[in-house]
Amino acid sequence: MPGFDFSNYNRNAALHAQGMPLPKATSTGTTIVGCIFDGGVVVRFSAIPLRPSMNLFPHPIKPPLSMIAADTRATSGPIVADKNCEKLHYIAPQIWCAGAGTAADTEFTTALISSQLELHAMSTGRKPRVVTCMTMLKQHLFRYQGHIGAYLVVAGVDPTGTHLFTVHAHGSTDKLPYVTMGSGSLAAMSVFESKWKAELTQEEAVELASEAILAGIWNDLGSGSNVDVAVITPEKTTLKRNLIKPNEKVPKQQSYKFARGTTAVLNEKIIKKSEIGRYVSVQEVPLESDKMEVDS
Amino acid sequence: MVGKDCVAIACDLRLGMQALTISNNFPKVFQYGDVFLGLTGLATDVNTVSDLFRYKTNMYRLREERSIAPRTMANLVSSSLYERRFGPYFVSPVVAGLDPKTSKPFICGFDSIGCIDFAKDFIVSGTASDQLFGICEGLWEADLEPDDLFETISQALLNATDRDALSGWGAHVYIIEKDKVTKRLLKGRQD
Repeated sequence: MPGFDFSNYNRNAALHAQGMPLPKATSTGTTIVGCIFDGGVVVRFSAIPLRPSMNLFPHPIKPPLSMIAADTRATSGPIVADKNCEKLHYIAPQIWCAGAGTAADTEFTTALISSQLELHAMSTGRKPRVVTCMTMLKQHLFRYQGHIGAYLVVAGVDPTGTHLFTVHAHGSTDKLPYVTMGSGSLAAMSVFESKWKAELTQEEAVELASEAILAGIWNDLGSGSNVDVAVITPEKTTLKRNLIKPNEKVPKQQSYKFARGTTAVLNEKIIKKSEIGRYVSVQEVPLESDKMEVDS
Repeated sequence: MVGKDCVAIACDLRLGMQALTISNNFPKVFQYGDVFLGLTGLATDVNTVSDLFRYKTNMYRLREERSIAPRTMANLVSSSLYERRFGPYFVSPVVAGLDPKTSKPFICGFDSIGCIDFAKDFIVSGTASDQLFGICEGLWEADLEPDDLFETISQALLNATDRDALSGWGAHVYIIEKDKVTKRLLKGRQD
């Protein structure tokens, strides 16, 4: 628990009442998605003969895999504050989180839970579970009644299998095979709703999630720039930063350098490192110095 | 702004109450060892926050027996601001400096609750930020030499503040290189 400092709260409320605008927080104004897929090599449940005795113990199949993806735009009102920010947050080696909403909140909430989960894993001596992570997130966010504006997609692999959740700022959660969040969630969900199926290879799943993010990038003003993808398998997590860069800045055809001396300078002061001795005195302390005199 | 093996940080000098100018000598860039911090926003918070980080960086230097690195400073600023998530200081800081080990340029900006914006090119903040975004996007280019970086950042700041009624009244520009720091006072409009 961080323990927030509210000492400026009353002052800020008074200033706001006098007509001072509250500062704008950076928002991720985002498209984030996550989906579960089978990796293309597993024996499907539907392929198992429909005998009740067999259904109790399905074939030891490879577990499904999960992935999350995000765009990379951060906004402050209508201004694009960061054109290439990272919205995929590390929680544990096999648990990753995509964040939408207030940028500082997603950053610090995931960092806090990541830290607590690491300590939890060390004390139990087991790998952290995705449900544990999701529960810690929802309990933290519920305590703050939605004032911590973090909207998260949590995905990961643990000893119990592959899991995918969404966590809302008020503390509600969902467990679904494919999820989207943020301002571009409608655009992204339209792609999932028309194209998602459980039988996808890893390449197909990356393609589908990228397409969902691209739908947000093009059709939602709050989302933009590049596509980041993280694929989580039981073996390893692969973060593909800037997998697709459809919005690269065209290089300028001319240089806009000013001629040296353009700007009028009234005063100039140069401080060199080599001359720093003039401002501070450095006293060498001998290693084997005389013992300090003490009364005894 | 980032240049070739150098960074620049600049601020205007106005202090005002809405349209009334109180002072034309109110610098907003502060130096802590080799790291520079720019603070825009509510003047009382600029003072409080600059003093707070002077205290924190001094304590860091006593504890660690070295100056704070820009990246460490960025995380210190970020967590210090987020601590006041529900009662923030009305400031949007900018950190600039050279990495003490690699001498690579480092700049980043923050919102008032500590969300870091790492940038490879430039960071803007304050009442003229809309103007600065536009002009920096147009004027900035990669690998500018210190002297060229000075002209670019100065012209960007001067021309952006001329289109903002609340900014201006001269400017301070710091060009930070590996073995020296150059501080210049610019001539700006006084209206």
